Amino acid sequence: MAGFYRVNAMKKQFYIFILLIFSSSVAARGTYQEPANFLDEVFNSKPPQSKVIWLTGSIRTKATEILNHKPTRLRIRYWNNQQRTAWILDEIGKEKPITVGIVISNNKIERVKVLVFRESRGDEIRHDFFTQQFKHARLNANNNQLDRSIDGISGATLSVRALTKLTRLALFLSTQIKQ
Amino acid sequence: MNTLNKSVFLAALLSIPMLSQAASSTEQLQKEVDALKNQNKMIMERIEASIDMMESKQSSKGHGGKGHGSKGSTTTGGYGELHYNNLDGEGGASDKNEIDFHRFVLFFGHEFSDSIRFFSELELEHSIAGEGKAGEIELEQAYVEFDLSQTTRAKGGLFLIPVGIINETHEPNTFYGTERNPIEKNIVPATWWEAGAALSGEFSKGLYYDLALTSGLNLEGKNKIRDGRQKVAKARANSPMITGRLKYTAIPGLELATTVASIDDYTQGQSAKNSATMIEAHAVYTTGAFGLRALYASWNVDGKTSGYDKQSGWYIEPSFKISKKIGVFARYNLYDNQAGTGGPGNSEKQQTDIGMNYWPHEDVVVKVDYQTQDNDNNKDQNGVNIGIGYQF
Repeated sequence: MAGFYRVNAMKKQFYIFILLIFSSSVAARGTYQEPANFLDEVFNSKPPQSKVIWLTGSIRTKATEILNHKPTRLRIRYWNNQQRTAWILDEIGKEKPITVGIVISNNKIERVKVLVFRESRGDEIRHDFFTQQFKHARLNANNNQLDRSIDGISGATLSVRALTKLTRLALFLSTQIKQ
Repeated sequence: MNTLNKSVFLAALLSIPMLSQAASSTEQLQKEVDALKNQNKMIMERIEASIDMMESKQSSKGHGGKGHGSKGSTTTGGYGELHYNNLDGEGGASDKNEIDFHRFVLFFGHEFSDSIRFFSELELEHSIAGEGKAGEIELEQAYVEFDLSQTTRAKGGLFLIPVGIINETHEPNTFYGTERNPIEKNIVPATWWEAGAALSGEFSKGLYYDLALTSGLNLEGKNKIRDGRQKVAKARANSPMITGRLKYTAIPGLELATTVASIDDYTQGQSAKNSATMIEAHAVYTTGAFGLRALYASWNVDGKTSGYDKQSGWYIEPSFKISKKIGVFARYNLYDNQAGTGGPGNSEKQQTDIGMNYWPHEDVVVKVDYQTQDNDNNKDQNGVNIGIGYQF
């Protein structure tokens, strides 16, 4: 009889648990900073007019090599002020695009910020302890790889890979724009 | 002088209509230029808008898969692995010389809104399924996930239990060795999925939790943990299972995690109630070319005899990437499904693997490894495993 009551109690806990979960208000996660706010922060609230770089010819070829697939965009928008260039780039980790803000200064990475994360797993990449690894990284011109190794996050391999590709792409594109 | 003045005056008088005409035509020209500029601006805006729309459709596609569905928000993907085993049996163990398309998996996902999404994994094991066939078709994941806040989400449905290293991430290009390690297979037991509800979130930067209330094992008439998986196929649901995981990833390259799972009655009401509890802990560390994985898992299964009341094992796996495309590894595995009281005393199994992975593309892998066993019952299978795998 005691066992019967215990089983029933477990069932009751189960239903309450489910009810609690799904009665909670559903709110979107994943937008950690609006791209416009990121640009305001980077350029002291006065972001320059955006420009575009077209991914054509040799630029497209290199971008394809870096991403390991054809770019999904024909051109990419950027914000340029003296030697600093800000990029808002997207790349899919496993299923959904991850939106990242990257600032390049004198051909080195100044800042990397995950702005929107839409994947189910791997959002650890948004934290400073991970993105700090990219600070001051440069691109090796001979192989378009970063000049340092980036330690990954177990279970977030695809997100780490996407973010690393975007930093390499931003560094490469920064060398291709006309100042 | 007077004549000259008169001539100048006359010329000026005559040029007034001409100047007026020129001014009027310049004005007209300016208007046309302005109209063209406006038209050009409008065309550029429309081109920009068209490209934006085209690119947004393009960029919503999944990992190499196709984005479609009512709002372009359905994604597909998958993975697969073909294995060749050439093992010599010793001490009474059978030889194994076979080739097998072990897993062919398709993912389907759909985003209903920014905060509600669906994910599924359908697997065909061993190429052909059906009555008397070697394989089976399995639904390994099918759940709806809800974002409750920026750091908390809930899911309901059929999902993978948050435990171990490979239970949730097992695409062949993400781990070393043709076959999955025997500890997570026989002790955890991966791949392990149940149905129910779960809550996941973040306590602080890099410190994550998962809490799940699900269906559980059914060990009535069975002894090995792996045999108790009901696979959510008309599964007995008399006694649910509670699983909790803590995961720490705040240092790049490092993952430390522990999972506890507990079921009040693993007989699922079919005989006298008996409980089972699992504890699992693992560490993954990757820095530069060097990698290390280590895992320990143990079950206490009340009421079982012949040593089946304790089932445990561990492995350690160092690895080194010689280049971006080639990595080598070694793995030492030790486990025992009859480690408890009254066990036969010769049930411990030991296996060592050494081998390499070659990634011709980041999503494609070719694997070769050599396994040697030193089981206490002296029934060993030693030999070569070769595999090819992919994900997309």
